[in-house]
Amino acid sequence: MFRSILRQTRALNGFTNGSRSLATAAASKPAPRLKTFKIYRWNPDTPEVEPKMQSYDIDLNECGPMVLDAILKIKNEQDATLTFRRSCREGICGSCAMNIGGRNTLACLCRIETDTSKETKIYPLPHMFVVRDLVPDLTHFYKQYKSIQPYLQRDTHPADGRENLQSIEDRAKLDGLYECILCACCSTSCPSYWWNQQEYLGPAVLMQAYRWLIDSRDQASGIRKEMLQNSMSLYRCHTIMNCARTCPKGLNPGRAIAEIKKQLAFD
Amino acid sequence: MARLSGMQREVLKLYRGCIRIIRTKPIENQEHWRQFVREEFRKNQHISKKQFNVIEHLIRVGHKRFEQYSSPQIKDIH
Repeated sequence: MFRSILRQTRALNGFTNGSRSLATAAASKPAPRLKTFKIYRWNPDTPEVEPKMQSYDIDLNECGPMVLDAILKIKNEQDATLTFRRSCREGICGSCAMNIGGRNTLACLCRIETDTSKETKIYPLPHMFVVRDLVPDLTHFYKQYKSIQPYLQRDTHPADGRENLQSIEDRAKLDGLYECILCACCSTSCPSYWWNQQEYLGPAVLMQAYRWLIDSRDQASGIRKEMLQNSMSLYRCHTIMNCARTCPKGLNPGRAIAEIKKQLAFD
Repeated sequence: MARLSGMQREVLKLYRGCIRIIRTKPIENQEHWRQFVREEFRKNQHISKKQFNVIEHLIRVGHKRFEQYSSPQIKDIH
């Protein structure tokens, strides 16, 4: 009995080994799936040369699933001059925000479309000044973020000299707001922000403004509301809602802005 | 002198600002700064005045660098 089982397993092993070697023989020559990426190129060292779209072919069989994998592969193997920002490759740093296939998103969270007959076009974030290739100039965006004073402001401090405590319900109000990584995808997808970049704060910054407005530990909400109480900073939002549609983290800045409007309406 | 366009005046304004800020730098480095500013402007002198977007870009970059270099901590340029 025991011997027969042994024989059986041996036979099985032999079978599986055989099939595996067959499978590897078949997999050693898969047809290359060449996908074309068209990437925006512009070099500030030669500003008189117009920006152009450069094509790169990538074999999807030898490339990771995300667009970031593809552009890293291009930079490693084909063109080392291609410039872009990247850091965490898992959607938590917000560095690799770009316009992929007409949609603002993070390259590290965007899958490569496997249809090889279509090309994927990659541009920097729209309506921002370009530093080089896919790198936009976010200085103004960060300045706006600074202008809303994104930090806790209190006059009184807890008696025991330790943390400012918050109830679980109050903390729950911040869910869906604190996850924002400031990748600027939403702000640069907003037509209102395109036309009034200098005065309108944009969805990303306004969502953070709301996050600090409703924080139960913050005591400066009066000043915060006053800062937004003008025709440009907040009210250029016309609920176009491109922000919620494009957000790679699935947040809804449009809702946050509506909540601020509601609060300001009672002032 | 011919009447200057708005953009030409903007370039001259930037150049003038750069030259004036040099006087806040240490006296021994001033000549070096002056040379640097002239060189930076001369580098792009060949650009045709019809390439508006290029000139606009360069003015923007120029203003940014001007702001950066006008900080009193920066004493000399290499």
